[in-house]
Amino acid sequence: MAREAAFYEFLLRMGDNTLILGHRVSEWCGHAPVLEEDIALANTALDLIGQTQMWLGLAAEVQGAGKTADDLAFLRDAWDFRNLLLVEMPNGDFGQTLMRQFLFDAWHVLQLRALTASSDDRVAAIAAKAVKEATYHLDRSAETVIGLGDGTEESHARMQAALDYLYPYVGEMFLSDAVDAALVEAGIAPDPAALRAEFDATLARVLSEATLTLPAANRARGGGRNGKMHTEHLGHLLTTMQWMQRAYPGATW
Amino acid sequence: MYAQMVKSTGTGVKSREEMSPEEAAFQARIDAGEKIEPKDWMPEGYRKTLIRQIGQHAHSEIVGQLPEGNWITRAPTLERKAILLAKVQDEAGHGLYLYCAAETLGVSRDEMTEMLLDGRMKYSSIFNYPTLTWADMGAVGWLVDGAAIMNQVPLQRTSFGPYSRAMIRVCKEESFHQRQGFDIMMKMAKGNAQQKAMAQDALNRFWYPALMMFGPSDKDSVHSAQSMAWRIKMNTNDELRQKFVDQTVPQAEFLGLSVPDENLKWNEEKGGYDFSEPDWEEFFEVIKGNGPCNTDRLAARNKAWDDGAWVREGLMAHAEKKRARKMAAE
Ligand SMILES: [Fe+2]
Ligand SMILES: [Fe+2]
Ligand SMILES: [Fe+2]
Repeated sequence: MAREAAFYEFLLRMGDNTLILGHRVSEWCGHAPVLEEDIALANTALDLIGQTQMWLGLAAEVQGAGKTADDLAFLRDAWDFRNLLLVEMPNGDFGQTLMRQFLFDAWHVLQLRALTASSDDRVAAIAAKAVKEATYHLDRSAETVIGLGDGTEESHARMQAALDYLYPYVGEMFLSDAVDAALVEAGIAPDPAALRAEFDATLARVLSEATLTLPAANRARGGGRNGKMHTEHLGHLLTTMQWMQRAYPGATW
Repeated sequence: MYAQMVKSTGTGVKSREEMSPEEAAFQARIDAGEKIEPKDWMPEGYRKTLIRQIGQHAHSEIVGQLPEGNWITRAPTLERKAILLAKVQDEAGHGLYLYCAAETLGVSRDEMTEMLLDGRMKYSSIFNYPTLTWADMGAVGWLVDGAAIMNQVPLQRTSFGPYSRAMIRVCKEESFHQRQGFDIMMKMAKGNAQQKAMAQDALNRFWYPALMMFGPSDKDSVHSAQSMAWRIKMNTNDELRQKFVDQTVPQAEFLGLSVPDENLKWNEEKGGYDFSEPDWEEFFEVIKGNGPCNTDRLAARNKAWDDGAWVREGLMAHAEKKRARKMAAE
């Protein structure tokens, strides 16, 4: 795969993850279980949207078609999105939201840490900023997963159900394809598979403290990061998110 | 305002002769511009009135997340989404400072929350109006945060120390919010015909509800007189409303939008605008719970609280287990 095409794909993968997850988290605004969580969730969403601006901004630049990060966010249809299926899964209850966040953060931190050594300076610079935020997110989400897993009988059952529901989407984070091969070759990004061992170690540590049981590893559910088959959830998310740009084409806000 | 029609206790301001020595000393401290701190002696009425006022203000920040949160997922650009998220996050932070200030008076945040949820405590009438278009995010920032600032800037000098300090932190952020709201309006007012129409429509819908935020004319109110003597209310409702109109009308003109009031006219003699009163009957209906969104707003807050019960209990149980394990290890 040509380096530039692969690079563009990679930037979409990074930016779409943060865009879609940031959007999902922002759906909580004003409805969290406790005021401190309203603030924390808004803060997480804010960080993720900020990262989106950087990744998609660079993607638009690399694409070289005169587009902006906003064009990419608001004017692509579902099949053009390259986010992991995990991040488009619905919020569910607070436990499901935090479990999704934890699983993503645990991968995101490793990915960003590796990207700080990217051969592309722009990527390394974005990663250096984002990794600080992601590390903080991981501390918080891991702590909450532990607190709720090892809380009451009800909170434990809800967290286990969330893990069981979301775990099949974890495998996609570590599937490698031709895009990844080209990126590894160019020294831009790590091989996804190379991050698995450390991810599994983080998971084992946190889940054991949370008294939660890792479900049996089924076939990884993929199709998001290569755009082949998203879930039905993504279209509804885009319908909301893209409404203004679709309804009032060309207007500036 | 965020705290409207807060009843103070008692029947009016006592004269010096009617006051006990403690009350007289307390009033003297206030008159000298001293700050009252939580551990200081204070009349029971002062404490109760402040709890109502600060609590109502806190609840307004919390319920106020909902009309703006309503547009976060539909914000038209990434930047607008980030700005709006940051704003709503600030409002939650304001709620937190204010609950903390009220807690120094001996009422817990959970108690106040329960009182909001079962309707014993109120929040500002303004948050019972719907946000129907993106322009409403502009109108809310410009007019609602603008009106809030009118009231909160003087409250930075209020007599109760924790409230005054909370207001100082809040005011810094509120002026940001107002500028951002105005900026949204400006983009739309200078935009295409649809955007202009949207901006005008938002002003039409929010103008009178914004004027209501200051509460009805309080010239005859005994409650206001007592609160002003205690310096927990710094200006009359009418003074603040006039100030707000005088500040806002030129801004509307600058935007090329028209204020929906046929009677609006500059009055050279008083150095301010003459303007129409809002529909006070509507205001009292909204306060009673019959506004356009009262039911939905309270239902949303109740749902968040009820759905979150297992989370709060789970985290508490975990903290308890951790403490027990640590004790056992020692
Ligand atoms: Fe506020
Ligand atoms: Fe506000
Ligand atoms: Fe505000």
